[in-house]
Amino acid sequence: MIRGGGHGSALRSVLKNVAQFIIVLATTLLGLAAVTFFIGRVVPIDPVIAIVGDRAPPQVYERVRMELGLDRPLIEQFAIYLKKAVTGDFGNSVLTTNPVLTDIASAFPATLELATLGTLIGVIIGVPLGVLAAVKRGSFIDQFVRVLGLAGYSIPIFWLGLMGLLIFYAKLGWVAGPGRIDVTYSYLYTPVTNIVLLDTAMQGQWDAFWDAFSHIILPACLLGYFSLAYISRMTRSFMLNELAQEYVIAARVKGLSEMRVIWRHALRNAAVPLITVIALSYANLLEGSVLTETVFAWPGLGQYITNSLQNADMNAVLGGTLVIGAVFVLLNLVSDLLYRLLDPRTR
Amino acid sequence: MAGAPLADTPSGLRAWLLSAEPHSRWQARLGRFYLGWRAFSRNPLAMVGLSVVVLLILVAIFADLIAPYSPVVGGDLRTQRLLPPNETFWLGTDDQARDIFSRIIYGSRITLYVIVLVALIATPIGLLVGTVSGYLGGWVDTVLMRITDIFLAFPRLILALAFVAALGPGIENAIIAIAITSWPPYARIARAETLMIRNSDFIAAVKLQGASTPRIILGHVVPLCISSLIVRVTLDMAGIILTAAGLGFLGLGAQPPMPEWGAMVATGRNYLIDQWWVAAMPGLAIFVVSLGFNLLGDGLRDVLDPKAAK
Repeated sequence: MIRGGGHGSALRSVLKNVAQFIIVLATTLLGLAAVTFFIGRVVPIDPVIAIVGDRAPPQVYERVRMELGLDRPLIEQFAIYLKKAVTGDFGNSVLTTNPVLTDIASAFPATLELATLGTLIGVIIGVPLGVLAAVKRGSFIDQFVRVLGLAGYSIPIFWLGLMGLLIFYAKLGWVAGPGRIDVTYSYLYTPVTNIVLLDTAMQGQWDAFWDAFSHIILPACLLGYFSLAYISRMTRSFMLNELAQEYVIAARVKGLSEMRVIWRHALRNAAVPLITVIALSYANLLEGSVLTETVFAWPGLGQYITNSLQNADMNAVLGGTLVIGAVFVLLNLVSDLLYRLLDPRTR
Repeated sequence: MAGAPLADTPSGLRAWLLSAEPHSRWQARLGRFYLGWRAFSRNPLAMVGLSVVVLLILVAIFADLIAPYSPVVGGDLRTQRLLPPNETFWLGTDDQARDIFSRIIYGSRITLYVIVLVALIATPIGLLVGTVSGYLGGWVDTVLMRITDIFLAFPRLILALAFVAALGPGIENAIIAIAITSWPPYARIARAETLMIRNSDFIAAVKLQGASTPRIILGHVVPLCISSLIVRVTLDMAGIILTAAGLGFLGLGAQPPMPEWGAMVATGRNYLIDQWWVAAMPGLAIFVVSLGFNLLGDGLRDVLDPKAAK
């Protein structure tokens, strides 16, 4: 590949990537909004009747219908919906009577905390396992990683969560049960970031910290397992790719220790695509959190959506769906962008 | 397989199958199938997967003969409620004094029903979108692929949740929701295949003969895309089962008293600590079946796509 212009062209390619990124992001988000708008339209519940009741006189019905903007053309309604969504106005939740955005903002940190810890566990265990599986291809550890991965793709997450609760909470008593923190500890700290582990640690409430830790560790390990299954499998295949390259042979010929060849040379090159995989698995955990949060009564976004679902609270469901969708898209695109920026070969 | 020494003087049928000069298209196809099967059956894990899937189908067909009790009507509520696994009730009974084993057996029908219907709905949609997009190109391609990307961008379970919320809970709506979220990868694959087929000579020949665009797409492009789609659908089956079970667990899929496995786990949740078998057994069934599909899909991919076999 011919490289021209040194600095200038590198900068231009970065700018081009960023511009492309923004266009893709905008169209995808627009599409997401269109999908949630459409879902909101096909609901068999008439939103007017939901407000005025089915015995309201026709004039009242008409007035509310006009107030809701339902008499306008569909495209205009979508424009209004979009304008509101951009400013974060998803309407009020019927269940909590708060604006949906407020509810989401208070539930999101809990999901973030869980998914982040899960991804950390997945990366810390998954990457070394994948590397070992690639280095010792066909060995016991390789088979182990394979089985671990296959099981991860086949086990229903909600069932594994229940079994985990049964064994580690009910039978062995090693961890705390469902919920985020015991009521006794929940008054010992003031929520600042709403990330309990961070709040309690920063305020020096170590008893509360350990209680919160014993609550989060089981669901986090659960999500961590699913992330590990994916990450180790991908690490293995990236490493196999790198280990077959000529620079690895050259490094060995140079007399470098095997440790250095594997962990410094090969892994560093495999790390670039790995970042994409880790971001993807992080995004997937947001999805996995819906079922996990239900099982562990974890007050996050997933539980918020399922609770609203069971109460036919469409504003909350669609707002939550849109927010999770947007975070998902953003993570995907950021990982893609990072990949292009970090790997000089893609320029 | 080329160059592999054939067994000494193959017998009649094998010789016919492995013939280097097949006399009919039928014979050539059977021969290829036989070679594929030989490679496939050498993979023990894939065979395990195949047996699980075959077993699932058999159990679903003969559920009436296998299940000792009714899946819906329970026994004596005073004496047969929440019994642990024993000789009469192999996997125990649930809160309605129903035999869990019988419910799991009948539940296999629901599982099969879901995956077959999802495959039947999602595959044609993906096939149509992908082939049209790939064959026509231009702005049609851009628009269709952007739509596909948007659906791909959504986390699957959450999109399905939102659809079920709008359509109302129930097994049919769950199937529709899962199908709506499953087609985008199929469209991508079909498009990639179409792009390769589009410029071949035989398409040009058909075009010169005056065939219309729909005729070319439906009659000449679609049939060539189907085989790679089948592999992908098989690989997706486990995901479909897990999504359906997840919806059932959240109470949005099959409604009681249907013996849907995910919904059964949800019931068992209330009795988790003292009567663990109510939740454990149906979950195990979900696990075994989706593992079976995963193993089968892996095996199929290894046979049909040697590049990915690493």
